[in-house]
Amino acid sequence: MDSALIPRGVKRCPVWQFALGLGIVGIVLLWGVYAMLLCWFKGLNQTNMNDYYGFALWIWADLAVIALGGGAFFTGFLRYLIGKDELKNIINFAVVIGFICYSSALLILAIDVGQPLRSWFIFWHANVHSMLTEVAFCLSCYFGVLTIEYIPLILENRQINKIPFFHNLGHNMHEIMAVFAATGAFLSFFHQGSLGGVSGVLFGRPFAVREGVLIWPWTFFLFTWSAAAYGPCFTLLVTRITEVVSGKKLVKENVVQLLAKISGWMIGTYIIAKIIDTWYWAAVTAPARGFSLMDFYSGNALYGIWILIAEIVVGGVVPAAILLTNTGRRNSTARLVAITLGVIGICLNRWVMVLQTMAVPVMTFDTWQLYYPSWQEVATTILPVAYGIILVMISFRYLPIFPQETELNPIVTPDHQIEESVSDQPPLVTAQDLSPAES
Amino acid sequence: MFPFSFEWVWDMGHMVFHGGLWYALGIIGLGMTYCIIKAAVDTVGKKSGH
Repeated sequence: MDSALIPRGVKRCPVWQFALGLGIVGIVLLWGVYAMLLCWFKGLNQTNMNDYYGFALWIWADLAVIALGGGAFFTGFLRYLIGKDELKNIINFAVVIGFICYSSALLILAIDVGQPLRSWFIFWHANVHSMLTEVAFCLSCYFGVLTIEYIPLILENRQINKIPFFHNLGHNMHEIMAVFAATGAFLSFFHQGSLGGVSGVLFGRPFAVREGVLIWPWTFFLFTWSAAAYGPCFTLLVTRITEVVSGKKLVKENVVQLLAKISGWMIGTYIIAKIIDTWYWAAVTAPARGFSLMDFYSGNALYGIWILIAEIVVGGVVPAAILLTNTGRRNSTARLVAITLGVIGICLNRWVMVLQTMAVPVMTFDTWQLYYPSWQEVATTILPVAYGIILVMISFRYLPIFPQETELNPIVTPDHQIEESVSDQPPLVTAQDLSPAES
Repeated sequence: MFPFSFEWVWDMGHMVFHGGLWYALGIIGLGMTYCIIKAAVDTVGKKSGH
């Protein structure tokens, strides 16, 4: 029924199967939308946020998806600015994932602000002393860049690409994509960093506060570094999930291994910096404020020293060790374990920097404050996941996301069908028929 | 916020923050304007994009 919209040379599941998948994920999406509407119409009393937890599950989800979406800017940086040409075979999917992550982050923020109609205040009545203002500026602009990077993919749809204006527009956007990619890398560097900076400058929160250089605490650089390191892991993980669900190999092994190797080096160097930062904070920064390391990891039901080990060793050292060795990287199971641990590790890092920071007692009369999200918060946090799955499904079905798919999965057609299809073809394939990327 | 807004102050914070914002928006806006105009010109001139 929709075969005219599916890219040439690829096979997709029957439309009923596709619709069934959309329907199942759509139910989860509607549950999230219902919770979102409750938050908008009834207010933030629908959440379990309180005076201790002004930042809660939503802000963790925000920071986590922004870090995971870092694969888009870093892969773009490597492809367009460093010139790693092999990555052209995965950059489209990295852009789709980045677009989903950043639009999800903006959606969560739109729920979190409580008054979404006043979102423009942050641009017009900007507090120029706040790192969050910089985050809002860069996040919005970078979402614009990601949209610009996503548009040429949409324009490459078989039917849209037949319209000369859209064909030319897609081609022109491809031509100057390096400019947009450079702008995206610039914006990402600052907003990823500023998200870390927000924790690092909290001098009233000894768990989060860090030393730094000039106005930037070390967390500024660690957040940018970690997003560039772990973002590609998430791109590789979602690519693998898409391959398993579709039952096809979509990206060649050399491309996957190159991105895994770069990610491994980035994680390796990041985790060394993170260990040094943690040691200095535990040995110098926290004691100077009257705290010992174990003050932050004892006396409560959830945050034990295990979380520090899980974040740094299991989510950092182990994936780096696997991805940095040829044997580990070439073994698909070990590689999958490494990228999965990496994704969990970065989510854990963002969790402790947001939620453990809020939980730790600061004053002598304080106690640990643990927080349990309401179902509305959980539903609205799952909402972007459902939205992301739907967008990946639609993009994969109708857009040429993976340039190597046709080569890796040639369609075997019986001879008589080939003859029929050849007779149906126009006698000459003109440049107009080619997608901008192909031409 | 623009320099002609009543809230504007000519200090480093406003210049850096809003300068960065306009710089990024300028590149995005100019880039897209260039692409759209060139696509229109190419389409009218019947030039295929390759």
